[in-house]
Amino acid sequence: MSRRQSYDGVVVTAPFSTPYERYSTQTAHYWLARALKGTLDAAGLRKEGIDGLSVASFTLFPDSPVGLSQHLGVTLRWLDSIPMGGASGVVALRRAARAVQAGDAEIVACVAGDTNHIDSFRKLLSSFSRFAMDAAYPYGYGGPNSMFALLTDRYMQEYGATREDFGRIAVAQRENALRNPNALMKRPLSLEDYLEARPISDPIALFDCVMPCAGAEAFLVMSEEEAVKRGLPFARIAGTIERHNAFPDDPIQLRGGWALDVEDLWSMAGMKPADMDLVQTYDDYPVISVMQFEDLGFCSKGEAPAFLRDRDLTVTGDLPHNTSGGQLSAGQAGAAGGFLGMVEALRQVTRTAGPTQVADAKNALVSGFGMINYDRGLCSGAAILTGESA
Amino acid sequence: MTDPLARPPKKNPQKVQTVPVLPPSFRSRAAMGLTAAAAEGRFKLQHCAECGTVQYPPRDACVSCLGLELLWKDTDPVGELIADTIVHTSPNLYFRRQAPWRCGTVRLSAGPSIFCHVHGDCVKGSEVRLLSRLDRAGQGVLIAIPKETTPNMADDPELRELGADPKHRRVLITDGRQPGAPALAKALLDAGAMTVFVGEGETWRPYPERSALEKMDGVNLMPLDLTDTSSVVELAGEIGGKVDILINNARFMRPGGVLARGDTAFARDEMEVNYLGLMRLAQAFGPGMKARGADGINNAAAWVNILSINAIANDPAYGSFNASQAAALSLAQSLRAELRPGGVKVMTVFCGPTDDDWYQDVPPPKLLPGAIARSVVQGLRDGVEDVLCGDVAKDYAERWRQDPRVLERELAGDVG
Ligand SMILES: [Zn+2]
Repeated sequence: MSRRQSYDGVVVTAPFSTPYERYSTQTAHYWLARALKGTLDAAGLRKEGIDGLSVASFTLFPDSPVGLSQHLGVTLRWLDSIPMGGASGVVALRRAARAVQAGDAEIVACVAGDTNHIDSFRKLLSSFSRFAMDAAYPYGYGGPNSMFALLTDRYMQEYGATREDFGRIAVAQRENALRNPNALMKRPLSLEDYLEARPISDPIALFDCVMPCAGAEAFLVMSEEEAVKRGLPFARIAGTIERHNAFPDDPIQLRGGWALDVEDLWSMAGMKPADMDLVQTYDDYPVISVMQFEDLGFCSKGEAPAFLRDRDLTVTGDLPHNTSGGQLSAGQAGAAGGFLGMVEALRQVTRTAGPTQVADAKNALVSGFGMINYDRGLCSGAAILTGESA
Repeated sequence: MTDPLARPPKKNPQKVQTVPVLPPSFRSRAAMGLTAAAAEGRFKLQHCAECGTVQYPPRDACVSCLGLELLWKDTDPVGELIADTIVHTSPNLYFRRQAPWRCGTVRLSAGPSIFCHVHGDCVKGSEVRLLSRLDRAGQGVLIAIPKETTPNMADDPELRELGADPKHRRVLITDGRQPGAPALAKALLDAGAMTVFVGEGETWRPYPERSALEKMDGVNLMPLDLTDTSSVVELAGEIGGKVDILINNARFMRPGGVLARGDTAFARDEMEVNYLGLMRLAQAFGPGMKARGADGINNAAAWVNILSINAIANDPAYGSFNASQAAALSLAQSLRAELRPGGVKVMTVFCGPTDDDWYQDVPPPKLLPGAIARSVVQGLRDGVEDVLCGDVAKDYAERWRQDPRVLERELAGDVG
């Protein structure tokens, strides 16, 4: 049993999301700068006020976060690069929090974002990983859609889940997205729309897939003292976990790394799933959200379809889930997709979510998942954010 | 069950030619082991020399013990299809054109789970067999096929795309005068070839194979002299647009090495036919075939050279001839790279001594025409790059793999 130290004294604050655009002629640098400016403004800081920066982006090439520091004119004593896609929000938070706790940095800005040029999805795919190049692309070149189709297929065979089970998740998220003015998807989605959608890679159809777009997300990590001094609403980190390449011998992925660390997560926080006022899962495909509910302890393996069938996943429901619409309905702005849930959860527990606000939200679970290196997502992580009582 | 492949309609000359596009062709160096195995039609995976772990995708270290000595070895190809999908949309032009395309995950008895192409007759949850094949980009890929043969199995669009099956294709055999020409033409027609063009030089000079060829329904005899550029160009002008498979079986040979001959006359003839003849053919027919790599069911698919196994190691009893074979083999490597953008494969059928007048002094085993014909057809179906025809070719190739210098001495008779 690991002995994880608490994150006492460190808080998260100043959530900021840029509007998303389907295609952008701008660069990653532009989107990251815009989000950095946004989070700094939210905290009333100038860029000289931060001494740490954490960056997650796929389209910054040929620059790295080092180049970005000169590009944006920030002098840093702590710099991190999080190449973990959908897990980048949780991982950035964990690392920044420890840096602040240890005094290696006072205020860390965590930013994630990407641009989306016409054709940049194809280019991103073609240079994603060596295993993908050798063993995935030559086979139908379906990208992540094919891999998650196989995983969905296997999950349905193994646990008897139906497309309706996945559809309900997508439909609830669309309802949430209609409250979020920044969401790309503006039209309601019915279960019939979901079921009759154009097939992409069976059993995955159009509304199982995220819409790639341009955008960025950001937040700040600082000491509680600092946040109080500045009068910023903040959240504490009750517990968090991270895992890479879990269960490598599973012939096909039906569980993620959360399953290895879930006990640590809840015991560290001194909480249980039922204490959560909302849940932000990483929803690159509905089956992955389903897996997260299981692996994070909301129900047993294979039972999430039944568990979710009895629950209302909308902002006003009994289990608010992906309250800003998630990536399925808000859009996937590259690495910012890994920040979407974190930033929204932060808004929720600081009661600044506006139209998507869940009443009396105090405790939120944020989960991340990323990097389809070959046949499965390799990175997983989760964090529990808690706000002040109302 | 696979639907039988219908005979393709006549081409419409008004239609814009479909430009060949290829599946993704970049690979890591480690992954080239799969391509090398597929070129010989063998199913090999990486095995760790230290702990024996079989791993996939190819790596630079053992996933179990970090051992660095990784060997590509023949592997049990049986596994279970545990999940499948049909890809309807892809950002890649090749798969966009080929869609819908079935892929799946096979859990191999040998250990790893493998994402691969899946034959339409494979049943999810059932046993399948993996084959190594070269795809249109010339790279090694894996396809799951049913464990037992199913009706019209070869007509599955994915399997067909990974080979160069003669069925419904039009073939040119370049030299009707070769003793093996009738058997070759017949084997191709039996395999479903739509038309077999057979080239004949010096048409005024009678030869015994002609009557057999003339009798075959589907054979068209065409004048073709490989030593004459204008003859080759003329035939390409006439039928170049409808040659899907070109089989160069022409051969000029005389016994003797370097010192056994007093001059270069025969050497010149050997190079004229065996090397320059290949080049003339390639220059006349190659560009058209390269452009027709995506031309429907009967697209240009393969170029075949029938060569002596002594192209890889010289037997001085036929030293000069073997030099021309080595030249042709080297040229074929260049041709392979040059035709690859069109998705056209280049295959070499390596033969041991053939059972004819020119090898009368050589002891058996010797190759009969039927054996060569069968090798050509099977090689085309499998889409391989190298076919070893007969025991002698297989034996030499194995010795060559072990040590080319030892083989050189053995062929010179220096080893007891
Ligand atoms: Zn090993």
